Amino acid sequence: MALMVVKFDLKKRVKLAQTVWFMYWFAVMAGVLVFSMGLFFKIELRKRSELMDNNESHFLPNLLIFMGLITCGINAFGGKICYDSLDPTKFVKWKPMLKTFLVFCMVFNALLLLTALVCFLMRIPLQFTLAEGLRNGMRYYKDTDTPGRCYMKRTLDLMQMEFRCCGNEHYRDWFEVQWVSNRYLDFSAKEVKDRIGSNVDGQYLMDGVPFSCCNPSSPRPCIQYQMTNNTAHYSYDHYTEELNVWKRGCSDALLSYYGGMMNTIGALVVLVTMLEVAVTVGLQYVDSSLSTLANPEDPESESEGWILEKTVKETFTDIIAKMKAMGKGSKVEEGGEAAAAPSS
Amino acid sequence: MLLKLKFNQQRRVRLAQGLWLLSWTAVMCGAFVFCLGVYLKMELFRRAEVMDDSDIHAVPNILMMVGLASIGTNWIASRICQDSLDESRFPRWRVFMLAWFAVATLLCVLLVAVVMLSYALQGRLEESLKVGLRNGIRFYKDTDVPGRCFQKETIDRLQMEFRCCGNNNFKDWFEVQWVSNRYLDFTSKDVKDRVRSNVDGRYLLDGVPFSCCNPASPRPCLQNQLTDNSAHFNYDYQTEELNLYSRGCREALINYYMELMNSTGPGVLSVILIQMSVIMSLRFLQTSVEGAMALEDPEAESEGFLLEKGVKETFEDVKVKVLTMLKAAQINPEAAAAAEESCGGADAENGGEKTPVKTSTPAS
Repeated sequence: MALMVVKFDLKKRVKLAQTVWFMYWFAVMAGVLVFSMGLFFKIELRKRSELMDNNESHFLPNLLIFMGLITCGINAFGGKICYDSLDPTKFVKWKPMLKTFLVFCMVFNALLLLTALVCFLMRIPLQFTLAEGLRNGMRYYKDTDTPGRCYMKRTLDLMQMEFRCCGNEHYRDWFEVQWVSNRYLDFSAKEVKDRIGSNVDGQYLMDGVPFSCCNPSSPRPCIQYQMTNNTAHYSYDHYTEELNVWKRGCSDALLSYYGGMMNTIGALVVLVTMLEVAVTVGLQYVDSSLSTLANPEDPESESEGWILEKTVKETFTDIIAKMKAMGKGSKVEEGGEAAAAPSS
Repeated sequence: MLLKLKFNQQRRVRLAQGLWLLSWTAVMCGAFVFCLGVYLKMELFRRAEVMDDSDIHAVPNILMMVGLASIGTNWIASRICQDSLDESRFPRWRVFMLAWFAVATLLCVLLVAVVMLSYALQGRLEESLKVGLRNGIRFYKDTDVPGRCFQKETIDRLQMEFRCCGNNNFKDWFEVQWVSNRYLDFTSKDVKDRVRSNVDGRYLLDGVPFSCCNPASPRPCLQNQLTDNSAHFNYDYQTEELNLYSRGCREALINYYMELMNSTGPGVLSVILIQMSVIMSLRFLQTSVEGAMALEDPEAESEGFLLEKGVKETFEDVKVKVLTMLKAAQINPEAAAAAEESCGGADAENGGEKTPVKTSTPAS
């Protein structure tokens, strides 16, 4: 027995074709939406590629752009088929390729679902890229005179102010790098010589952070330098002080920003996939209802529409049998050639 | 007649259809003007804390009102269009036509007034910002005073977002105490010196808050001891340009708001043009349809015009009409008073008094 049989008369067929045509136009817009989301994500990644060491993977936005374009194409084509299905003369030319088209649509829907899955999973490589990129960024903060890195300071400052974060994981990350350029250090001063002498690499390390870490909501003017020294500032305890600088780490902030974007895009792609499945089922009904006319010459006769000609199990065994037959066919041909070759 | 044009049936139909489309476009324009007003108002509200008075809010308020009114007016115009070619339904609109023209012209005038107002109020905006920012800088340190505790955050975010420092420039911060007394150690010599160095006993320093720092500077931000060249290595106060933002916040905010209003100027002007073309087209449609109806033949050719007589004559007519209305209003209370005095026997008098008024109107 066929799967999900529905009886159709002329009026119902016309209505079905019209509805599916409408849905195909919605699906074209959904394809445009997927394309533009891919483009948007690509631009967002490019904007901050400096912070990710220009190493970020553009696989996901490229995939979204590609899938968006193909969705538009497939749905426009499907819409045309539906439009022509109301006219028997026009529909005849589409009939032979309809089955192949439907199989192709099904494969494409599976690929769309995979794309949605990739959207959700891309968070993990992004996490590593961000951590690595930010660590390097902080190291190059002071290199405002090195060509190619002279804008790192500005980029990092603007990013810390915009995302309300400080350092890689924690503001203490700034204590471990030299973020003051040597051009502005007085090497004849005792304090500078002490600090440089205090570590192996000869770096000027201090317990201070750049101004972009400051939190405007703090009730007191920002304390950037000598942060661990309670006596350097009046009425200050660095263990309990919470509002002075941003507590969040920038890799955490950026990850949640991009992660949120990818989750939204993934959810939208899942919705688009469901729409695509619906239009594919609709087109299958249109096709099957037009091919089972009770009286092929009379367009007003009744017909039946179904999703699968036989039940799921039977269709599956049919497909396996067909594949086996194809495999056997090629084997017989080989055997025939082998037999023909020695004999010739 | 002003701008006389001949209309046959086909032209009338085309005019009605074109006007229907145009009036729906004008409805969209009205919605656009309304949204513009809402957007301007939101932007002004966001920075309301650094503005002293709210005179400038007149601009978005008028825009919102005009937007809503023009949506309604143009929707009515589209209904009139739809009914204009139907003889049975058109007469009921006749009564409203004059009122509609008056309202639509008023809307155009208001839109022009808004454009002029946005330029005229620039001076008031500047004054308001000057006072508001001065207060904001004075109350920066009062993070423990209810009602002012958010000034610090507001000013900090403002300076960071608009890339500006102080009212006119960063030296404004040298003249106020922006560090709260709670964080000053009054037993230390430095604090005592500074507090004694001025009449009001304020802790003044040649330093600025962190939000004045310019991220584009190649060196880490120098906030304190700005005028002391020896306090920092390789630093010259006179030539250092990138360390802090050089612009004052008043200038930055004025530029921002003026740019906003200027960029909406062309949009508003095109809305005015569309509205005026709707008015003129509707007048042509009204006169040509009425002409056709007067000829008792819906297919006949009729004339459409803007004004029945010349501009000057129409003006005289209107003046006389208004005066007559005023006279009638004056005479009627007198007649009512006379009727009260002699109730019953004076009907002939009332009739006699009323007739001169009646005969005078046709002659005018």
